[in-house]
Amino acid sequence: MDLIRLKNVKKQYKNGVVAIHDMDLNIQKGDFVFIIGSTGCGKSTLIKMLYREEKPTSGKILIAGLDVAKLRNRKVYKLRRRIGVVFQDFKLLNRMNAYENVAFAQEIFGIPKSEIHPRVLKVLDLVGLKNKAKSYPNELSGGEQQRVAIARAIVNEPKILICDEPTGNLDANTSMEIMKVLDEINKLGTTIIMVTHDRDIVERMGKRVLLLDAGRIVKDYEKGTFKNESI
Amino acid sequence: MPVELLKIMRKERLKMKAFRILGRNIRDAFKSVFRNFSLSLASISCITITLIVVSIAIILTSNVNNFADLVKKDVTIVTFLDQGITEEKIKEVEQNIKKIDGVESYEFQDKMDISKDMMESSDTFKSIMENWTEDDTPIQDTFLVKVVDIEKIGDIAKEIEKIENVESVKYGEGMVEQLVAAFNVVKNISIAIVIALILVTAFLISNTIKITIFSRKREIEIMRLVGASNINIKIPFIFEGLFLGLFGSIIPIIITTYGYIGLYNHFDGRLFSSFIKLVKPEPFIYMISAVLVAIGILVGMFGSLRAVKKHLKI
Repeated sequence: MDLIRLKNVKKQYKNGVVAIHDMDLNIQKGDFVFIIGSTGCGKSTLIKMLYREEKPTSGKILIAGLDVAKLRNRKVYKLRRRIGVVFQDFKLLNRMNAYENVAFAQEIFGIPKSEIHPRVLKVLDLVGLKNKAKSYPNELSGGEQQRVAIARAIVNEPKILICDEPTGNLDANTSMEIMKVLDEINKLGTTIIMVTHDRDIVERMGKRVLLLDAGRIVKDYEKGTFKNESI
Repeated sequence: MPVELLKIMRKERLKMKAFRILGRNIRDAFKSVFRNFSLSLASISCITITLIVVSIAIILTSNVNNFADLVKKDVTIVTFLDQGITEEKIKEVEQNIKKIDGVESYEFQDKMDISKDMMESSDTFKSIMENWTEDDTPIQDTFLVKVVDIEKIGDIAKEIEKIENVESVKYGEGMVEQLVAAFNVVKNISIAIVIALILVTAFLISNTIKITIFSRKREIEIMRLVGASNINIKIPFIFEGLFLGLFGSIIPIIITTYGYIGLYNHFDGRLFSSFIKLVKPEPFIYMISAVLVAIGILVGMFGSLRAVKKHLKI
């Protein structure tokens, strides 16, 4: 079953720049997809449309049965509750410790504390930060902060996890640690879409890879077929 | 399990959920006031200063109104009847006064009673009036008429004057009308000032909170990102505005309460002469306090809502 389906999606910004040309794309439930391409190729625009930060100019985007293109701004939260998003700059709240940052994503839905507590501990354990639950973001390393962000993104058990250059600020070793965490989350059934510049990582992970150029998918590599030298 | 029961349970669960969200929001809003203390302080002082001015305006208006009411109550149409009028004729006049619209009450004063009162009030009067008998006294029987609406006193006086056996009427012509007009002007001006002040404060607070919220743009962004609905985001800020208003009204209430009681006691309840009476502090100060809290809260909430809306894509 296709979890994400794009049909004839076009995105033109107000200044006239066309970021995405007639794009068709199907992503299945449980997939792990990398999106790569040079700066300005439209990969950020593509995923921004997936979590409805941007609206497509034309075309259809279906995510888990929800027509994202038709979603009104005030209803965006309905989509956001089904997907988790991770960013390069983590976007953690500095006044809250790791535990609170993760619990925050649950509290706003009015979930009782007794239910939040085990879930938060579970996801912190999953990202390997159970013993740093009480640390504040400024006391954590970049990799650890990103893991908190991932924990926050998955605590609501989203079907899809969107990662916008999650390793962009991290060194190679830390990046691989993050990738291991993401791989594990993927194995638990969450579909992951990740934008990255780091082709070494992409090659080592051996997943499906979409290569974008000038707003079009120029190549769709099957699992394990991507080689860093091939482009 | 029967469907009805399931429905009730679902309803209860939703209610609990709403309470939990509300509780969390109130707690967070309270914390946030102290966390962003310097900015909160700016909003609070803004509210405080305006509320003090609003309070002064309310005190002034209320006292002017109070004074106006007292004066209005005292204004009477003195109706002089013809000399040597018979009892029956007096009854007739009374019936006619009763018939007039807008007459609140009337009171008959016998000429002998009036002279008795006058003689008691001063020795000079006594020496002059002592020898006047019922038949040769120049004092006339009178009706003291009070009206419902002081602005119509002129018309009513004219109608009374037309009644048979009424010799003349007196009600402080001219002076009363001027006084009423002056009171209305003062009242309207103070109401305009209060409304203008409230609007200005709402605007100022909205801007102050806007700065506060700008520093928390990131927080709003993250809330949106993890799936908070607009109302979810707005509520804590609305409560924060409520708390700012609440805290902002504390000092004005203290100043108003103790200031007014002090003022009242200092002047012994009247201003300049016993003619101008001040409003009694109780329950007046409670009323003002309630109004100040209400204005503070509403203005705080409104300002906060206005500010947060800018950062929400609606």
